[in-house]
Amino acid sequence: MLNGETIALTVGESHFSTGGRSAHAVTVNGTLPAPLIRLREGQNVRLSVTNSLSEDTSIHWHGLIVPFQMDGVPGVSFPGISPGETFTYEFPVRQSGTYWYHSHSGMQEAMGHYGPIVIDPAGHDPVHSDREHVILLSDWSPVHPHVLLKRLKQMGGYFNMQRQTLAGLLAGKDQKAGERLQWGAMRMDPTDISDVTGSTYSFLVNGHGTAENWTGLFTRGERVRLRIINASAMTNFNLRLPGLPMTVVQCDGQNVQPVETDEFQIGIAETYDVVVQPGEAKPYALIAEAIDRSGLVRATLAPRIGMAADVPALRERPLLGIKDMGMDMSGMGDMPGHSMKMRDPSVAPQVKMGPGVATLSPMPTDRTADRPTGLESVDHRVLTYADLKSLEPNRANRAPTRTLDIHLTANMERYMWSFDGVKLSDGAEPIAFRHGERVRVNLINDTMMPHPIHLHGHFFELVTGAGDHAPRKHTVNVLPGGKVTFDLTADAQGDWAFHCHMLMHMHAGMMRIVTVRHENGAA
Amino acid sequence: MKRFAILLLACLPVPAPAQEMDHSHMDHGAMEAPPQAPPAADPHAGHGQPAANQGTPPPIPTNHAAEAFYSATEMVRSRAAMLRESGGMTFSRLMLDRLEYRTGRGADGYHWEGEGWIGGDIDRFAFKTEGEGAIHDPLERAEVQALYSRAIGPWFNLEAGVRHDIRPGPQRTYAVVGIDGLAPYWFEVGAQAFLSDKGDVHVRLEGSYDQRITQRLILQPAAEVSIAAQDVPELGIGSGVSDIELGLRLRYEFARQFAPYIGFNWERKLGESARFARAEGDGASATRFVMGARFWF
Repeated sequence: MLNGETIALTVGESHFSTGGRSAHAVTVNGTLPAPLIRLREGQNVRLSVTNSLSEDTSIHWHGLIVPFQMDGVPGVSFPGISPGETFTYEFPVRQSGTYWYHSHSGMQEAMGHYGPIVIDPAGHDPVHSDREHVILLSDWSPVHPHVLLKRLKQMGGYFNMQRQTLAGLLAGKDQKAGERLQWGAMRMDPTDISDVTGSTYSFLVNGHGTAENWTGLFTRGERVRLRIINASAMTNFNLRLPGLPMTVVQCDGQNVQPVETDEFQIGIAETYDVVVQPGEAKPYALIAEAIDRSGLVRATLAPRIGMAADVPALRERPLLGIKDMGMDMSGMGDMPGHSMKMRDPSVAPQVKMGPGVATLSPMPTDRTADRPTGLESVDHRVLTYADLKSLEPNRANRAPTRTLDIHLTANMERYMWSFDGVKLSDGAEPIAFRHGERVRVNLINDTMMPHPIHLHGHFFELVTGAGDHAPRKHTVNVLPGGKVTFDLTADAQGDWAFHCHMLMHMHAGMMRIVTVRHENGAA
Repeated sequence: MKRFAILLLACLPVPAPAQEMDHSHMDHGAMEAPPQAPPAADPHAGHGQPAANQGTPPPIPTNHAAEAFYSATEMVRSRAAMLRESGGMTFSRLMLDRLEYRTGRGADGYHWEGEGWIGGDIDRFAFKTEGEGAIHDPLERAEVQALYSRAIGPWFNLEAGVRHDIRPGPQRTYAVVGIDGLAPYWFEVGAQAFLSDKGDVHVRLEGSYDQRITQRLILQPAAEVSIAAQDVPELGIGSGVSDIELGLRLRYEFARQFAPYIGFNWERKLGESARFARAEGDGASATRFVMGARFWF
């Protein structure tokens, strides 16, 4: 753990192995994940980052409110850190909560360049706990991420080893023949849930796979706070502790009214703090299961070292449904292909139609109260965004003065990802905000995959009907075919990155620069 | 050793903050302000919003904020790299879809069919090749195509370029225009029209379907039809539908990129083409058992 006003970090190349596989990794101070940085609200911090790689590197402080020139995105907020160079980030710590940091250069993040940040509040912490553990989830493949991306460009379904098959049809599994034909007519695959899957990934808790069994200790009856961070490159997880209810107390570093649940989905780059109270002196499993059920990782909460909780079997791979195509099921028959066009440009006039847009959601609905992918029918409680309510009322939030729609667009077969049909590399214009302006933003998912969308330098309030208690977030997971609305006060001047946090979607072009300027044009 | 050390470290619980940072007894007036709400980045946030601009987006800035803090040259360089890495990268694929040994009545033979591309999402250089021959005989047929391929919609590419036939003699060069892509119901389809340097016109239609029996065992029916606009006696081609080929291949994907297969290939020459073939002493139709491998990288 690193703390204090001056922190030194060195980015370098290391060797990493898990589950019997090993490969090169990009690490900070030689560890995967990078060391925990523990700060206190109100302090100043100087983080000097030395690059010992042979290529540029960077660190972005995910969720931290920093001056934009300290935000760490090469080409947007600063030039990056050249090999051999030391760059010093310096900023006041103006918030508290659970956050994380990672490289924004190339695909270093997918190779291990990520770590947790915990900021203790200056005053009283409304979350009472006797003990806490950081749970940093990630995905790791011995295959270089550039090769993973190349495979996806070569064959969109390369890593999906859970498709529908003839054997499955004969065994009565998955869709029936008629439904398969309807989906086939639209060239849509209901098993296309994740791009990169457990067929190449090992899933990790604090850098440890299931066999290595990361273990966190507790004493029976203690309130244990788990600070859960999804630092994956490409994996959204469903997280549960079988036999142990969780009380969610914080999301994206922002305290929420305590809400009890049994399982929740954590999108890439989101953080959730939960409190659990193990009642027996026995090992409890913490299970993070990839949403496509291609793999999971088990860690253990135990009263003493050396205990291992059971590893449950993977649950059945879910299938996407017509709601994931952006169709409201009410009043619709079971003939999606016949009742609605899946690529009608009139539903999204702002989208540039082209090879990169395979589908447009004909009737995208607000799905923030829906159970996320794969959890629709589990027989226990599941958290939704609608359950999240800010602990404190948001002060002085004004009504938005304008509305902005942003479509999340894709062609899975070509592995093209974009906003509004335009990749960043296509010369996409920045999304401009006036400094201080309050804008309602609608994210419309025209794809059949969830997208964790992250805006740098800001928090936004999700519009879920919570009024003054709207949850504040830095990253929001937009469910397939769904719509998320948030209100943003553009209060941080500068240029900021705005992107899908599925690393390969970002690298395929699903990114924008957001500018926040005074009306008179001064930066 | 390091791994062991990391493991040991990771097994230690993160110290509870209460031990070193217990402020519960201190009165910071935490109730007045939400402790974790990050303050606005600017205390003047929200002031002076011109009502005239309500509902309209502001103009898009033409400058880059970071250039006020860092060298413009460095920012130009890093911005170019960032843009390239955000959708502008080049990829490629080289696939030998069929490399097979054919056996049946008559001499055993071999056949190949492959293609490759390099480029971005929209514009690519592509090439295709196919050919066949009988064991112990000289190469019977071999063609290569060099094409510019452009994505014209979500599912199809338009391609244009040249095809050169090395065999059979006399060698021919053709101009090619075609379309290649994925039809509804997941059919891989292609159509190409050829205009030779001698002025003869041909069309080739292809289609195939991958039926997954299991995740790795895949049955692939395939069909190919050749149509000629005129007789080309020196190449043994008659006008009209000159040739039909049907195949059924069962492959096992040991890895996505390597799949050995077995199957059947049935080929039938029609009309004048059949007569030309018989005149050469060949049969008009041939059914072959095939075995081979598909691989790509």
